[in-house]
Amino acid sequence: MSILRRAAIALGLLAFWQAVVWLAATPPYILPGPNLALLALVEHRALIVEHAAVTLLEIVLGMAIGTLCGAASALVLARFAAARAWLLPALVVSQALPVFALAPMLVLWLGYGLGSKVAMAVLIIYFPVTATFYDGLRRTDPGWLDLAATMGASPLAILFRIRVPAALPALASGMRVAASVAPIGAIVGEWVGSSAGLGYLMLHANGRMQIDLVFAALLTLAVIAVTLYFAVDRGMRALMPWQSDTVS
Amino acid sequence: MAPAVSITDARLEYGGLVLFGGLSLTLAAGRITALLGPSGIGKTSLLRLIAGLAPVGESGRVSCDDGDGVAGRVAYMAQSDLLLPWLSVLDNVALGARLRGEAADRDKARALLAELGLAGSEAALPQSLSGGMRQRAALARTLMEDKPIVLMDEPFSRLDAITRARLQDLAVSALAGRTVLLVTHDPLEAIRIAERIEVMAGRPASLGEPIIPPGIAPRDTSTTEMAALYGALMGRLGAATP
Repeated sequence: MSILRRAAIALGLLAFWQAVVWLAATPPYILPGPNLALLALVEHRALIVEHAAVTLLEIVLGMAIGTLCGAASALVLARFAAARAWLLPALVVSQALPVFALAPMLVLWLGYGLGSKVAMAVLIIYFPVTATFYDGLRRTDPGWLDLAATMGASPLAILFRIRVPAALPALASGMRVAASVAPIGAIVGEWVGSSAGLGYLMLHANGRMQIDLVFAALLTLAVIAVTLYFAVDRGMRALMPWQSDTVS
Repeated sequence: MAPAVSITDARLEYGGLVLFGGLSLTLAAGRITALLGPSGIGKTSLLRLIAGLAPVGESGRVSCDDGDGVAGRVAYMAQSDLLLPWLSVLDNVALGARLRGEAADRDKARALLAELGLAGSEAALPQSLSGGMRQRAALARTLMEDKPIVLMDEPFSRLDAITRARLQDLAVSALAGRTVLLVTHDPLEAIRIAERIEVMAGRPASLGEPIIPPGIAPRDTSTTEMAALYGALMGRLGAATP
């Protein structure tokens, strides 16, 4: 996608926002236009950057730990039948619990700081990464496995030299989902209890009726989320030059 | 010297149906044996039995005339090239060593690729190659294993006629001296390159008298003698196909 088109999409969204403000004729303390939000962004830039750095760190740490844990779990599931029998049902049940309901307890256990937010992000990322990567590991072309068997490959060599590379596109799908939900985990964690971060900033600005600051923080969060998504997407593509899109 | 390979008392049951039972087949030492038969008769299953890839419901004894087993002495080539898309052509050719955790003889892999007309494509990813080139790379990978027994499951069936003929010629010279089982559904391919043709027919399937084509492979299939052989083979296959 060209930079021009991305800029056009961003401008289109801003224009739509402005149009809603004009048509609904809402006062700026209920719904400020993009101009006011951008003004707030410039005015409070030091504050926003300070809190954005905290949120960004939570998201990135959550992504890294969640992806590592998810990928490791998928490998264990793929390698050991006993793990499949015992872990898979537990994994599915764990997904039935709303992660958001755990947020207050995470804050209670891990405190107001970074730990509880990273844990939230990890919890929300873990399942999509595990599920997609494990799915990919299971669907290796049987012909490759036959070939490897006739070549005298060990189960571990088959796992790491054939199954894992073959499952990388599936892992990439999981990581794209993870990149788009990780910010939710961090922000929810900040709302439940924190002393820093964009979620904290938004909550407090909202309480003080600084809606323009809320929107400025929201814009910043959107930029972080979109950047993270494209960074993951680009990174995974660069890692898999053999994987070409068939959707034109 | 490559050993002769014998399969005795091979049996395959699938969904309560006996595809074959009590089947015996001998692959002559250092020769290409073609196994012909209609689709679904169990040719591939028989090949997989020798390769040690037998599915559930299949049994049989596989032995070599030199007393050693077949395990570790087999190279396998399938209908699809099975090249790993994330490895370069050279790394694909050296895949066996990579999977066994051994150091790959890259010079040998390069020499094999050059021999098969793939010099200059070593660093390319498989997806950038044509079907014929990919299958040649797969042949190079099979030869790289340097095993006395080579099992080929319709290796050239997806290629166009000219490419197929060229690859058959290459295979004949490259596989000389090895005990080869070539599963094919193409009578012409069998006549061209096999030294012994077995036809699998019936249900449960059995093998009739093997056909020994005269002359030295690769044969010219346009002679009247070969045309007559082709006719005879088609007749046997036709009778075997319900």
